[in-house]
Amino acid sequence: MKDIRQEKVLIAEKINKYFRIPVDFHVLKDVSFSVRKGEFVTIMGKSGCGKSTLLYVLSTMDTDYEGRLTLAGDLVTGKPHDQLARIRNEHIGFIFQFHYLLPEFSVLKNVMLPALKLGRKSEAEIREDAMEKLRLLDIGEQADKLASRISGGQKQRVAIARALINEPAIIMADEPTGNLDSRNSANVFDILDKLSHEKHMYLLVVTHDEEFARKTDRIITMADGKITRD
Amino acid sequence: MNWSLIFSISRTHLLSRRKQSIIAALGVTFGIGTFIILVSFMTGLNKMLDGLILDRTPHIHLYNEIKPSEKQPLDYLEEYASDTRIIHSIKPKQNQVRIHNALPIIDYLKDDNRVLGATPQVQAQVFFVSGAIELNGIINGIDIQEEVRLFNLDNYIVDGDPKDLVRNDNGIILGAGLGDKLSVQIGDRVQVTTASGGTFQLKVIAFYQSGIADIDNVQSYANLKVAQRMMRAGNNYITDIQVKLKDINNAADMSGELSRQFNLTAIDVNTANAQFEAGNTIRNIITYAVSVTLLIVAGFGIYNILNMMIYEKMNDIAILKATGFSGVDVRRIFISQALLIGFTGGILGLIFGFGVSVLIDHTPFEVEALPTVKTFPVNFRLLYYVIGIVFALIATFFAGYFPARRAQKIDPVDIIRGT
Repeated sequence: MKDIRQEKVLIAEKINKYFRIPVDFHVLKDVSFSVRKGEFVTIMGKSGCGKSTLLYVLSTMDTDYEGRLTLAGDLVTGKPHDQLARIRNEHIGFIFQFHYLLPEFSVLKNVMLPALKLGRKSEAEIREDAMEKLRLLDIGEQADKLASRISGGQKQRVAIARALINEPAIIMADEPTGNLDSRNSANVFDILDKLSHEKHMYLLVVTHDEEFARKTDRIITMADGKITRD
Repeated sequence: MNWSLIFSISRTHLLSRRKQSIIAALGVTFGIGTFIILVSFMTGLNKMLDGLILDRTPHIHLYNEIKPSEKQPLDYLEEYASDTRIIHSIKPKQNQVRIHNALPIIDYLKDDNRVLGATPQVQAQVFFVSGAIELNGIINGIDIQEEVRLFNLDNYIVDGDPKDLVRNDNGIILGAGLGDKLSVQIGDRVQVTTASGGTFQLKVIAFYQSGIADIDNVQSYANLKVAQRMMRAGNNYITDIQVKLKDINNAADMSGELSRQFNLTAIDVNTANAQFEAGNTIRNIITYAVSVTLLIVAGFGIYNILNMMIYEKMNDIAILKATGFSGVDVRRIFISQALLIGFTGGILGLIFGFGVSVLIDHTPFEVEALPTVKTFPVNFRLLYYVIGIVFALIATFFAGYFPARRAQKIDPVDIIRGT
């Protein structure tokens, strides 16, 4: 990949997607937009408008779509799965609604795994990095606990730490606060906001939470598989 | 590819599902253990039975057979060559029982580098006299040292020391059944009369038991010279030559060759014991069939458990894929889990199999027919252990491969979306 900090980090052109099961359904209709570096973007919309589906297409996990997707100047549409996995590993940090930690691994190991997979640094360095991220998110003291033994808010922060471990250019989040109370949710917003403005990461967040969205740089609203307001 | 990472992930998976992993590994353990036990025990048994027959059977037996000439006088008349000839009342050809030029033949055989050894024998039909009763018997005149070296005669001696025959010219090794009938002990003398009327006193120095009653009731062994004297013949009187080869597989070829060369009847061990060979093969097939079945059953156990595990770990697989692990990585994680189960279970199975084999090896097993066998025979061969562990790995690899392929193909979006 070329310089990740160039003008347009992500370009989506005429993305179309259909669900075939249970019935033919046109989910995304000619969705086109682009995002510049350091932007904190939220995608909003009612349930079923296709915003999560769009996010999964943008994340490269879902490859069953029509159109062109360019990440950091590289066309990713049509690349084989293993290369896409590599791109996700290196350039995209993912935060899910239900945190999705590996319950049998320690908190620290959960954070370390993507970096171990990337294999750019030694294990000791990765451990150091992971601890630093955990401390940044104020959960350093939970590092050795099993991921299944900490609270929901802590889990979400661990997930954020995991998304950050490879210092990706893009962070994508699917309802990161959907499962949290308002205090934790504000906390998560602050963390993400800080990342966007201090580290110039590009954040793309799908959310229902209007309060959360209002505070971000840019809101994309979707309805019926189309962008209705940007 | 970072194998240590993959192994550390699969180790964590296995350890956190300890009970399941142990059950899966135990499946392999029992499969491999039973394989080891079965194959060691069965081949041990085979070897014992082989020994029973083959130890005492010469690879090639040379002798003069009394039989009718193959070419009768009529066959020499050319004018009837194309006619149908019928001869009634053919009689065996007058022929001497002794082997002509036996001693040079033995020397010749000993020089052949395919031959481990060749021993002369003289068979004498005798009567054992006990009071007014005369019992039929056969005395084999033998070279005791060669007989012990080549045909393990000492393994079949139940009482006494066969080597005493070297020191005692007039010694005799009596068949155990014969000894019972004559009610003699070691050191006692038995009286023997020969077909031609001579009478000999022989001292009992040992008892012989082959386990086959028909033989033990008539067979006995004495020095070659004694038997020759009984036949009123010199030291070149030899009725049989028994040959032991270095490689038993040469027996058939060589017996044909010797038969032509010396104009003698030659019987090789395979012809003499053809049915035995067939029994061996069938026992081996059964052993391997049962073992392979056990291992396949164990393989299905692993397949099931891994399939379940992958079902439970859908979320984990999706997370791994979302955070950048490729499908191949995920497949490797699950295959390595299968292999870890196979390896641990396999090693435990080898230990278990070895332990039980040792136990069987020390279990008393005494039957009258097998005087030299005191415990169950077990064949400890490294090869079976190698086969065992290799099979464990192969079986678990395939048991893991298909579930792992499924994991490789799982679409993370389906899982994360939670539909």
